[in-house]
Amino acid sequence: MPVSGDGRPDPEALLRAAAQEGRGRLKIFLGAAPGVGKTFEMLSEGAGRRRDGTDVVVGVVETHGRAETEALTRGHEIIPRLNVAYEGRALGEMDLDAVLARGPRLALVDELAHTNAPGSRHPKRYQDVEELLAAGIDVYSTLNIQHVESLNDIVASFTRVRVRETVPDSILEMAEIEVVDIPPDELIERLKAGKVYLPHEATRALSHFFSKSNLSALRELALRRAAQAVDTQMLEHVRALGVGGTWAGSDRIVVAINELPGADGLVRAAKRVADGLRGPWTALFIETPRTAHFSDAQHQRVAAVMTLATQLGAAVATVPATSVVEGIRGFLTDARATQLVVGKSRRSRWFEFLHGSVVDRLIRETPGVTVHVLPMEEGPGSSPVRRQSGNWGKPAGYLVTLLLVAFVTALASALFHILDLGNVALLYLLPVMAAASLFGLRTGLFAGIASSLAYNFFFLPPVGTLSVSNPENVVSIFVLLGVATATSQLTSRVRAQADMAAASARTNATLAGFLRQLSAINDASVAARMICDDVARLFDVETVLLTSSGGTSLTVQAASAPGYRLDTMDMAAANWASDNGTAAGKGSGTLAASEWLFQPLKAGGKALAVIGVAKENSGDPIRADQLPLLTSLIDQAALVLERLRLETEMRDVDAVRTRDRLRAALLSSVSHDLRTPLTAVIAAADQLDHGATPELIGTIKSESARLNRFVANLLDMARVEAGALKLNVEATDLSDAVAGAAHDARRALQGHDVRLQVSPSLPLVRVDAQLLHHCLLNLLDNAGRYGDPGTEIIVEGVHLYGQIRLSILDHGPGLPPGREAEVFETFRRLEGSDRAIGGTGLGLAIVKAFAEAMGMSVEAGNRDDGEGAAFTLVFPADLIVRNTSESHI
Amino acid sequence: MPAKILVVDDEASIRRLLRNTLERAGYAVVEAADGRDALIRAGAEYPSAILLDLGLPDRDGLGLIPLLLQNSDTVILVVSARDATDEKVAALDLGAHDFVSKPFDTDELLARLRVALRHRGVSETAPKIVRKGDVTIDLDRRLVCRGTVELHLTRKEHDVLALLARHAGRVVTHDRILAVAWAGEDPRVEYLRIVVRNLRQKLEAPGAVGSIIANELGVGYRLRADQ
Repeated sequence: MPVSGDGRPDPEALLRAAAQEGRGRLKIFLGAAPGVGKTFEMLSEGAGRRRDGTDVVVGVVETHGRAETEALTRGHEIIPRLNVAYEGRALGEMDLDAVLARGPRLALVDELAHTNAPGSRHPKRYQDVEELLAAGIDVYSTLNIQHVESLNDIVASFTRVRVRETVPDSILEMAEIEVVDIPPDELIERLKAGKVYLPHEATRALSHFFSKSNLSALRELALRRAAQAVDTQMLEHVRALGVGGTWAGSDRIVVAINELPGADGLVRAAKRVADGLRGPWTALFIETPRTAHFSDAQHQRVAAVMTLATQLGAAVATVPATSVVEGIRGFLTDARATQLVVGKSRRSRWFEFLHGSVVDRLIRETPGVTVHVLPMEEGPGSSPVRRQSGNWGKPAGYLVTLLLVAFVTALASALFHILDLGNVALLYLLPVMAAASLFGLRTGLFAGIASSLAYNFFFLPPVGTLSVSNPENVVSIFVLLGVATATSQLTSRVRAQADMAAASARTNATLAGFLRQLSAINDASVAARMICDDVARLFDVETVLLTSSGGTSLTVQAASAPGYRLDTMDMAAANWASDNGTAAGKGSGTLAASEWLFQPLKAGGKALAVIGVAKENSGDPIRADQLPLLTSLIDQAALVLERLRLETEMRDVDAVRTRDRLRAALLSSVSHDLRTPLTAVIAAADQLDHGATPELIGTIKSESARLNRFVANLLDMARVEAGALKLNVEATDLSDAVAGAAHDARRALQGHDVRLQVSPSLPLVRVDAQLLHHCLLNLLDNAGRYGDPGTEIIVEGVHLYGQIRLSILDHGPGLPPGREAEVFETFRRLEGSDRAIGGTGLGLAIVKAFAEAMGMSVEAGNRDDGEGAAFTLVFPADLIVRNTSESHI
Repeated sequence: MPAKILVVDDEASIRRLLRNTLERAGYAVVEAADGRDALIRAGAEYPSAILLDLGLPDRDGLGLIPLLLQNSDTVILVVSARDATDEKVAALDLGAHDFVSKPFDTDELLARLRVALRHRGVSETAPKIVRKGDVTIDLDRRLVCRGTVELHLTRKEHDVLALLARHAGRVVTHDRILAVAWAGEDPRVEYLRIVVRNLRQKLEAPGAVGSIIANELGVGYRLRADQ
């Protein structure tokens, strides 16, 4: 990319340009009003492209029965519409998947602002179009000027018709725009001739819409918007090339939004200001103590306005502060903003007199910032926040207040002889301050009134009446009321600040606790379970966590409640969230018909998992003000999952390496250990032709036994590796077990004296008799093989310190000191004990695996007298059967 | 007339080996390679005993046991893999007389077969006196002697020993022993283990554990009696 002179290319503009490559191009046929011939124009241009050899299909076109338009569609390939059943009617929507599957070069998609039938993938057609563009398909579409988001207010202001179907400006900004224009008179002619399609029910409302003045205004808007788009695109191009340097507008615009219904208008106005100044802009919401008392509708409104601002290209910020003015002032300074857009609600003069005008203070306290003040529209349902009944205070507070007042009255009466009237009034300050600080404003005022009444009745002359003889005493009454107001205001502010600090501390503590718990976990499924449970607990929702392993479809990994239900729509939303890395489902812009809101857990730009949240009563799963906390939690969770995934990957690599090494060892071992005895057997069998000798028969028998032992070990090892060990635990007599094993191993023990020193008085142990038998066979086999010929092999059992230790001792070279534990590794044969002796390194590994499976351990070492090896099976106390009562035997 | 033995095994080499062994021991041999064949041969030849391999190609060997026992006066010896204790117990419960573990010792196989054929010919209560070495078990008089010395057994010890002696040479499952000797009580294998250990101490020579009462791992006990 060329960079000229001193100019520097704007990285963001370059990124946008790069993102455009590989994407389809969008061309919008923009009209001032219905009937100007947008669809006709789009179709004829499409036809032209087709004649030039472009692969063109019609995604969706509304011909409204007009013959010329109808005729133009005929030459095109039309993708059949998808019939979506909604409230008993079949609505024909564009079959997005069919178009994607067909994959044309250019798709014609009429009416960009169209709202899809509920249950479609996207609520809006322009989102379908975005998906087509992302798939590299060029799109021609049509749009009327009143559907452009940022012009919505303006159009409504002079036509009195507000359309709800709007298209974000960002769509227009990436599109090539062609204005389809006819003079207003001609359009009115066409309307009269019935050539303009209007929905029947809207005819009357629209007749006003089509006045000449309206049409002229709309036409001007369309032309100006198109010019602006050209302007923006040109600018973008210039910035990408790094040409010039004056574009870097020094203006930064901030729009302060609030919970009132007109806030969306503020955002649109700010967009126009930002467009005009070509500066970056931010939508700012100040979270004050008052925010905590918002109704759900108000929270949702704020969230909706923030979303709108994002769609219009704004950055958004939510800043906590004690007051709106302070919050805005702080943010303006931090962001070095130059322009502020605020709304002025039509509050009563009385309200402003009491609270001061926010706008006035802003103008005074933010020097250097241009403040744009817009009147806020007071739509229906915009009644000011009603004080919640909680602000009336608890009834107990009033009771306590009355008691306090009574007490002070009694006290004052008792002390009246030494106090003058003024001091009595001072005493009455006590209940007022107490009530105001403990129970809030209303209770405080109540205390003030009660105190002044009591003061008046009992102490002010004439005593016993409520009339006031001395006008000076009226002042005392007002002082009491004033103190009540001031005290309660002060305490409530302090309390609100404390509440906010506490809430923020809670949030931080929640995050920290969540992270600490998660970091301690080493198992992905446990982590998934914990994420689900924690999110469910913190937000009082149901949760599911889905993952896809190895390119397979998403499956549920964990859920907070077992009774969760995910239908096709929910799974589609989950998949969307996973594939696109953005939220989908209820409360989001995509597949909102799902009952669940799915958020991806992203790490390294890839969705590792998707978490779904839902409310039991099908309400909106997450309140807007809780979203930041949820997002933080999800980000942390994603990091943990990523760490676990990497660890697993590392382990897998290690496991594969170990397995490869084992496989090589196994092959060499198997070929050696199977062939040797087989060779002996075959040779001996050949010799039998010349007459059987006891020696030959002995060879055949012992070699066959060896083969049999080896095959048994291979099978055992396979069972261990496959995790297919099924324990059949029962009380077992060790003297019996040892005798049985010695009997079965008699061939391997030939040439040795075997001494069994296992007392019949040893307690029984709870083990799997079969596995123990195999352990003993291998240990005896090992002793027989490595013990010097003719020496003694001792099996001894001792019951010591609550354990039973069963040792097999041989006379021989023993084990190399310091490397005793290595004998239990698969295919391990210690140096100095070579192949010559035969047998595989499997036997002892099996002993260890079986022993551990039964809850025992096995130790390898040398005899205390150093004359040979000692292998010991240790039966811990919990495997030992307590003494059996005599009555049953 | 020599006793006729039906050998059911899908491996021709095993059938040939068993035919040689059995014919040398004086039995007549009939072979079957699968379950269907086995049922046909059993129906036509009236074998005295059947050596049944449980791993058959066409059907489950266990399911075959009741069918083979249904219409003929025969005994079944099951041939099974060493570790398949569940299978062995199931076969015994279904009416098989005993089992032989693969790979088997032909002498042991012949011994089991002899015991099976003897039990088949005689009613349950018949053997009055069972001997093993210098130990004599007199079932009628409830006497157990070692040499000429009478041994004192507890009631449970006697019940267990009597049950094993009545089936001398044949395996008796844990469940069966517990059901007979601990009838009406809480049957637990550990009681049986202790009783057997005490019996062995009284009957067997020191250092010769298992010489009279043999443990069949995971299945039951067998009294090794002299023929």
